[in-house]
Amino acid sequence: MDNAILLALLQDGLTTGAIYLLLAVGLLIAFSVTRAIFIPQGDLVSFAALTLASMIGRHIPGTIWLLDSLCAAALALSLARGRLNAVIPYGLAPAVLTIATLAATRYGAPTAVSAVLSLGIVTALGPLLYRFAYEPLGEASVLALLIVSMALHFVLIGIALYCFGAEGVSTPALTDASFDIGSVTVSGQSLFVGLVCLAMVGALRWFSVRTLYGKALRAAASDRLGARLIGVDHVLSGRTAFALASFAAAVSGLLIAPITPLSYDTGFEIGLKGFVAAVIGGLASYPLAAAGALIVGTIESFSGFWASEYRNIIVFSLLIPVLIWLSLTRGNPEDRA
Amino acid sequence: MTKPGQRRTLIVAALAVSAALPFVLTEYEATLASFTGIAAIAALGLVLLTGVSGQTSFGHATFVGLAAYTTAWMSRYGGWSPVAGLPAGLAIAGGTAFLLGLITSRISGHYLPLATIAWCASFFYLFGILPGLGGYNGFGEIPPLFPGISTGTAAALIGVILIAVTILAANLLTSRTGRAMRALAQSRIMAESVGIDTARLARSTFVLAALLAGLAGWLFAHVQRYVSPAPFGLSASIEYVFMVVIGGVSQLGGAIVGAAIVVLLRDQLNDLLPRLLGSSGNFETVAFSLAVIASLQYAPRGIAPAATSLWRSGNRLLNRPPPAKLGLPRDVSWPGLARPSTTTPPPTLERAAAHARSLPVRPKPPRGSLILQTTALEKRFGGLIAARSIDLAVHAGEIVALIGPNGAGKSTTFNLCSGALAPTAGSIRLLDQPIQGQGARAIARRGLARTFQHVKLLPEATVLDNIALGGHLRARAGFVRSMLRLDRTEEAALLQTACFQAGRVGLTDVLNAPAGTLPLGRQRLVEIARGLCLDPSIFLLDEPAAGLRLQEKQALAELLRALRDEGMAILLVEHDMDFVMDLADRIAVMDFGEKIADGPPGQIQDDPVVREAYLGGVA
Amino acid sequence: MTLLSVENLSAGYGKAEVLHGVSLSVAERQIVAIVGPNGAGKTTLMHATMGLLPRTGLVSFMDRSAGDAGWMVRHGVVLVPETRALFTDMSVEENLQLGAFARYRQGARDLPESMAEVFEIFPRLAERRRQSAGTLSGGERQMLALGRALMGKPKLLLLDEPSLGLAPKIVADIFRVIGTMRDRGISILLVEQNARAALQMADYGYVLEMGRVALHGSCAILAEDDRVIETYLGRKRHA
Repeated sequence: MDNAILLALLQDGLTTGAIYLLLAVGLLIAFSVTRAIFIPQGDLVSFAALTLASMIGRHIPGTIWLLDSLCAAALALSLARGRLNAVIPYGLAPAVLTIATLAATRYGAPTAVSAVLSLGIVTALGPLLYRFAYEPLGEASVLALLIVSMALHFVLIGIALYCFGAEGVSTPALTDASFDIGSVTVSGQSLFVGLVCLAMVGALRWFSVRTLYGKALRAAASDRLGARLIGVDHVLSGRTAFALASFAAAVSGLLIAPITPLSYDTGFEIGLKGFVAAVIGGLASYPLAAAGALIVGTIESFSGFWASEYRNIIVFSLLIPVLIWLSLTRGNPEDRA
Repeated sequence: MTKPGQRRTLIVAALAVSAALPFVLTEYEATLASFTGIAAIAALGLVLLTGVSGQTSFGHATFVGLAAYTTAWMSRYGGWSPVAGLPAGLAIAGGTAFLLGLITSRISGHYLPLATIAWCASFFYLFGILPGLGGYNGFGEIPPLFPGISTGTAAALIGVILIAVTILAANLLTSRTGRAMRALAQSRIMAESVGIDTARLARSTFVLAALLAGLAGWLFAHVQRYVSPAPFGLSASIEYVFMVVIGGVSQLGGAIVGAAIVVLLRDQLNDLLPRLLGSSGNFETVAFSLAVIASLQYAPRGIAPAATSLWRSGNRLLNRPPPAKLGLPRDVSWPGLARPSTTTPPPTLERAAAHARSLPVRPKPPRGSLILQTTALEKRFGGLIAARSIDLAVHAGEIVALIGPNGAGKSTTFNLCSGALAPTAGSIRLLDQPIQGQGARAIARRGLARTFQHVKLLPEATVLDNIALGGHLRARAGFVRSMLRLDRTEEAALLQTACFQAGRVGLTDVLNAPAGTLPLGRQRLVEIARGLCLDPSIFLLDEPAAGLRLQEKQALAELLRALRDEGMAILLVEHDMDFVMDLADRIAVMDFGEKIADGPPGQIQDDPVVREAYLGGVA
Repeated sequence: MTLLSVENLSAGYGKAEVLHGVSLSVAERQIVAIVGPNGAGKTTLMHATMGLLPRTGLVSFMDRSAGDAGWMVRHGVVLVPETRALFTDMSVEENLQLGAFARYRQGARDLPESMAEVFEIFPRLAERRRQSAGTLSGGERQMLALGRALMGKPKLLLLDEPSLGLAPKIVADIFRVIGTMRDRGISILLVEQNARAALQMADYGYVLEMGRVALHGSCAILAEDDRVIETYLGRKRHA
């Protein structure tokens, strides 16, 4: 194998790795704050890409109706409990988003506008899913939350199939540019993916280290009781964490769609790989998860070249040694002291 | 608990229903019944694995698939009879589970389900890729179970098999092994401390679950007569989890209820939903998933238990008086507080004691001999030194107390001695044998019992079962003997011993109460009785008096003195200075990971170093 | 004037009710102690009062019906739990800042000044400000927990077992600080295992048994009560 192929594979691997990194970071945030492993995050990757593709194709995306119905249910429940200010997040906001989406679809808005709207729709789904699927469980075990995650995944897959059909879609690349650095050709899309990923990681880091609100979110992850005792609303922090996770998923979806076609069920596979990376980070360490994501991306890219059929098996089998190592070093997290 | 008579009636009724199946069901209904039974057999394995021993698997369908593919390939391409496919399928499913179990029995907590997701996905792709298995489309023309067997007969056969495995599983649950499995789910540290080999038990349970899955897979291949990767993938695995969750994760009956709900509902929804929604898709899965979410939110223990409890409370409302509260102290009046924890043993206790002798008792070292000795013991966590150059000695017939502020290294020292932690340096000798780095199980086997600072009991099991858990090492029955009920004599002796120890600590009045319903003080006594059941030479007690009333403390002190006078060595960690000063023969004081003093109580109280570092001006 | 009033409070976990109709009140500048054995419901009482658990009955603070934990914190009621509930992977300084989170949301920007005050009370914390809370000793953790609570400028402090697991000499320090808090105008509701110390320090006491108030009265009277001595204090034998 010559160097050019090697470098091309490496570039591919790092690009997909960067996308897995976003997903892994989102999963970690959601897990650390809520103890829920947000498996359906992968489905939101598909949601984002399919929403954008259908807007570009001048079809109203079904996700907007999903969002509206969830908002309507949340609004009704809030009003029934006398919380009138719920009208703004659950009434006004989705109404504006719906009108904008309908207009953009109808009149064929520029791709960038549709992309922003898709991000908005899918990001808003995260906290709503949390609201309905996870919140009522209260202080349930990680396992119960995990089972809910798996169930929610099947719900979302069904909805995606119903809304978008089984067809795979691609969206146009944001840039066709490519750069030659020495003998290597770097595609503009790869570069763009890298930059977006860096920007998001930087922004998150700034938020969590420099702002008191960011620290409050870390506090909620660090000690749930302590967080409630300083006035950090556990419901709000959970929803915020899920919003961040679904935002990461939405961005990933839009970044992948120009590279690989996505269909209703492929997002899950992508999400699982982000999840493999998060587990490599012990579901706790952001730097390790980031490294894990890049490793997963690279291994996938190389194994795709040599043993295409076994690509997924190789990536998923990566988990086993990592999990053993974690169990041996972390002791017994399940011990109900 | 069902009584033996009820149990027999239930079995006969179930057998009669199975035998009637071929005569009352239509072809279509019989097929549905078959698939319900097959799913229930597989789900039963998952109940044992997840509900009882606490290991959640999202990869259960993999083992169904391994057996199904094995028997399918053998009978279709290998020319073997389907009957030969059963042992082969079980061997492949069980063998694979054993190999995976070698790796994964070390994986604990929520890491295990994550690992199962990984291999389930991997095997799914493998089924699709491996040559000769028909790719993702699979292959058909698999012979039926027996030549010319009717659908109804197959359903009846499956029913009989289901009844048989349910009986075996029920036997298992009410045995030494069943108790150990429940302990595994509750706390591995506690399980190891009574001598349960948790890794091995986890592995065996895992293999057992895989064998049940394999049995289901064998039936599936020859009833469906077609195999492909889809019914053995992640979504199928999740469906088994759904069955168990919907039915009730900790009950054998839950597996059957859950399987029936899922299989029958899927059949109905399969037709109904696409018609309602005007498009095709896997909507029945969506419906199940929503049902699972709702069931976890509203009936987290499953439909079957929820229904039972609803039925019970309905009954109570109608006519029955509420069940007696099993002698829990209910009154809050002041005289009630003076109730001593140790009550006089009931008359049957002598009889119990006589039976108890049938369990082996270890020879006890003579009073005054050295039981436990640590030399230059040290433990580091990363850069942090939790304990440094600890020298301790405990003799037979002596109570030694370890005191010091939180974080001084008391618990660390304690965990080092009991094997819950391995020391970084130094030596520990128990009965003149080096035990450092041996692990809690081996140390328990040598005669060391312990309790925990935060009580670790099986809250839903009875007090008697909790205490009997302590006798694990003194009995031998394993999976096979337990399932076949060959363990009854030994089990009776074990329960008698437990009963006797319960009497010693004053728990005879609550033997059948769930341990979790006792007040904390009495839960500590359950732990002590569990420890005594181990027949120890040395007993380690972690803050036994914390949170007890004065009288309870006095009763506890009396019990500990009695044990000491019998020649037991006792090491306890305690904060309550009054309690310790009165009780202990010797006190060791720890501060910042080091032992700063060691001596009789009077001397410790006047020690200037101790006053400076720990007691301060007031004592 | 009554600051906190709890009437007929019942609460528990799931279906298991632990508290059965407890009533108590805390006046301004008063230290009120709750004693009782483990499992009597002391911690449950604190959590239910704070709004961390579903409850029935009436809890009011400054004559207003109390809400959940968030409401309590915003209105100046802070709980220091038995576990301390520190953010162990964050620095001492961050822990303190977060103690003022509710006030920060309401517009307060005096965090550095408040922190300086806390450092004055606990100079040890100033020395360790950059250290992560998880590396502190038991006594320092309790100081940080109290310091974090003070950052919220509470009118009422709920202290659950403040002396638990501390060396007797540090316990004395902690109780001294609790005394100075009262002098600064903070009322305190105190749950203590160490009944002797609690009844010495407090103005009024409640004895909780099996989820009910079995006895209450001024501490001077309680400490002389034979039943209390018999069950909790014991006759002093080590002079």
